[in-house]
Amino acid sequence: MLTSQDSICHLTTIAASIRRLVIEMIAGAGHGHPGGGLSVVEIMTVLYFSLMRVDPSNPSWPDRDRLVLSKGHGAAAWYSALALKGYFPLQELERFRKKGSILQGHPDMRKTPGVDMTSGSLGQGLSAALGMALAARMQKRRFQVYVLLGDGEVQEGQIWEAAMAASHFRPGNLIAILDHNRLQLDGLVSQVMPIEPLMAKWQAFGWETVECMDGHNIAHLLQAFETAQSVLDCPVMIIAHTVKGKGVSFMENEPAWHGVSDPMRLPDAVREVQKA
Amino acid sequence: MKPLESLAMRDACAQTLLEMYPEVDGLVVLDADVSKSTKTAEFAKLHQNRFLNVGIAEQNMVSMAAGLAAAGMVPVVNTCSMLLSTRSLDQLRQMVAYPCLNVKFMAHYGGYSCGAEGPTHHAIEDLGIIRSIPNMILLVPCDALEARQAIRAALKYQGPVYVRLSRNPVPGVHDTPPEYTIGKGYQISPGDDLAIIATGVMVARALDAAEALAKDGLNARVIAMPSIKPIDKELIIQAAIETGAIVTAEEHNIIGGLGSAVAEVLVENKPVPMERVGIQDCFSESAEFFELLDLYGMGVNDLNFAAKMVFKRKVVILSLT
Repeated sequence: MLTSQDSICHLTTIAASIRRLVIEMIAGAGHGHPGGGLSVVEIMTVLYFSLMRVDPSNPSWPDRDRLVLSKGHGAAAWYSALALKGYFPLQELERFRKKGSILQGHPDMRKTPGVDMTSGSLGQGLSAALGMALAARMQKRRFQVYVLLGDGEVQEGQIWEAAMAASHFRPGNLIAILDHNRLQLDGLVSQVMPIEPLMAKWQAFGWETVECMDGHNIAHLLQAFETAQSVLDCPVMIIAHTVKGKGVSFMENEPAWHGVSDPMRLPDAVREVQKA
Repeated sequence: MKPLESLAMRDACAQTLLEMYPEVDGLVVLDADVSKSTKTAEFAKLHQNRFLNVGIAEQNMVSMAAGLAAAGMVPVVNTCSMLLSTRSLDQLRQMVAYPCLNVKFMAHYGGYSCGAEGPTHHAIEDLGIIRSIPNMILLVPCDALEARQAIRAALKYQGPVYVRLSRNPVPGVHDTPPEYTIGKGYQISPGDDLAIIATGVMVARALDAAEALAKDGLNARVIAMPSIKPIDKELIIQAAIETGAIVTAEEHNIIGGLGSAVAEVLVENKPVPMERVGIQDCFSESAEFFELLDLYGMGVNDLNFAAKMVFKRKVVILSLT
């Protein structure tokens, strides 16, 4: 794996572009989910520009690595990464959430090249990713399946059904990442419905866990994924500590910016990410 | 009364999955801890690597099937229709129907067919629920021979299909495997005074009713409708034109199922008097399967009554014109 200073610099530059695109496309739409999009920018960057074996010119390549965005409201970050990777022209991002667009409010595998699974109803993506990982085993293919979960999302009961099933079926090609930004729509996860102790829960369900103390630090993320990929006989959960709304000062750690709480402030957000 | 078949639909289902295994590339069978009862355990014995028992977790099972299908497999999901159509409905809608993934749902224990388990286990709303979801194909075979044909058709079709099966042997309608095309119904017995359009176990009862009605001088046409969605509009319209009076018969709540589907076709094309035989929007109780059908509005007597009513209405209308 490339972890040289140069490659980290390169990935950091890409992350800055994705962050700018996320805000520009949400500002263009006038609505969307900035908070949870911004918290996964570096995770998306590392997945698409360092880890995943994909071919943007052949999105349905059967041997490609796959991503399921279980927290489907993070769509803006996914679309930005896919556009930068070359799955579709950057101009498509301007049509996000608009009539006739290939970019739906939540990911649609039938409309967007590179989107491997439709999502939007929370709690289902881990199960789907497990299904994909087991398909690889049955088809004797070697692709890797990644699934990105929100922290509030693990309040859904189905997550724990899938957690149980994954440690029972033991796919060696499933890596989950938990975007631990500590916020959900109604407030702090710890106040709405506490999910701690997270590490202990996943371990108790038979998972290997890796903690990434800064999910916005490219080097930390690369390290976490490297550790995760060394585990071959059971599913792995990377718990990445992130900041909801990362990169826009007035959105950071602010539950109100789970969605667009004040469209009038979007131009300020655009200016801030364009300056960065 | 038609004699019971020697084979139950669940046995036919297990046999068909085994038969189709060499033909369907990527077939994988999922079950949620009812494999001994749904009989998928027989498939598991022979194809261990293509069987996933997910435990008592239907939501996870349906989303896993979506992931398997998205990666090119052909998952066949097995559990009670009551659970599939309610507990894992979100998963079925969001991750299977919306992306139109190639998942087959074997909805066991349809209607009252696990009778004595009680209303918690009866599936009386599934046809209405599944029918209203875009991209879903909804099949309801009337006996084990037709179940086999329906499952074969479902596996050959590209996209999500829900096949509603009855638990224990039912009266046989067919002696040989019937022709089966998704979206097609067929006439099983002629008649021009009225038409009974029936699905599932009610097809056999409709035939019994037609026999009884004939003794009273009424010629009832019996039409089997094993495909609820898409439904055979042409056949329904033709029956309305030729008989002028329609009775529907289904083992389902009177709201949302076959009766509603037929009514939609009639209202938009050829409005004629119609009566719906089915569950009168109520929960029932524990009892034997066939007792429940008789107790809750789906007896041969109920069919006869509805037929006479609808014929009377037709005669009144004819006398006014």
